[in-house]
Amino acid sequence: MNAQNFINALPFAKALGMRLDSLGDGHAEISMPWDARFVGDPVTGVIHGGAVSALMDTCGGAAVLSYPGAQTTATIDLRIDYMRAAKPGARLVARAECYHVTRNVAFVRATAHDGGDAPLASATGAFTFTGQEPTS
Amino acid sequence: MTPPEPVQAVKQRRDSALASLVDAVPYAQFLGIYFERHGDELTALLPYDDKLIGNPALPAIHGGVIASFLEVAAIIELRWTTIWADLEAGRLTPEEMTQNLPRLPKTIDFTVDFLRSGLPRDGYARARVNRSGRRYASVHVEAWQDNRARLFAQATGHFLMPQTG
Repeated sequence: MNAQNFINALPFAKALGMRLDSLGDGHAEISMPWDARFVGDPVTGVIHGGAVSALMDTCGGAAVLSYPGAQTTATIDLRIDYMRAAKPGARLVARAECYHVTRNVAFVRATAHDGGDAPLASATGAFTFTGQEPTS
Repeated sequence: MTPPEPVQAVKQRRDSALASLVDAVPYAQFLGIYFERHGDELTALLPYDDKLIGNPALPAIHGGVIASFLEVAAIIELRWTTIWADLEAGRLTPEEMTQNLPRLPKTIDFTVDFLRSGLPRDGYARARVNRSGRRYASVHVEAWQDNRARLFAQATGHFLMPQTG
């Protein structure tokens, strides 16, 4: 499946205008544009935390699916820390890493960036993992 | 003795105050979220829409939609409970709220448990403010679809309260 087909297969990721920038070996990078419809605080123009969650959840799931042997996944839990507000108008980029996998569970960490040096949010999550049975 | 405020006036005041909070959040409109009110109790509603799907094979609502729905429900409930007393006492009017929007709490962290996949149906959520201080608040929120007792997601979040003056 090519990168854009991956996003197009997820109607909500497509609705948020997400773009898969890189994927492989348990790592994913997905970005989305700033859009007035995604704003949470109309006074400041800052993107709603929920939209940042959606980006990080999608990116975490993609990282799990790119882990060697992965077949399906679903989010079990996701915790997001919002360190600062996203810059109004800036494209948001999420990077996720599936750093450990057991027979049934994948552990993921992710960060979100808006062009500044420090990430604006970080996340940790547990995802279900179903993989191919070892062939030995 | 002043006669009690007519019931329609009470309802209209509360409903327009609530609407001014919710209508001001573009992302809540984008997702189609709205609120029903019984007295001071709020229920958030997420009507099903095809664009909310994350896994078309099941089909299931996107986890990001569920997280967003819970976070919107938590923030609106928190703001609603903190303006309620001023609204009832007449210290804050819906007209003032429309002209000068009350600042919304900022999310510090938000943890979502995905208990069941979100079916292609309407969703409902209710939030409970467990602690609301001058600076920090802790809010728990539960969401369900067909059965109130079978939650499909729950979340806890911490929020920084807007500072006045």
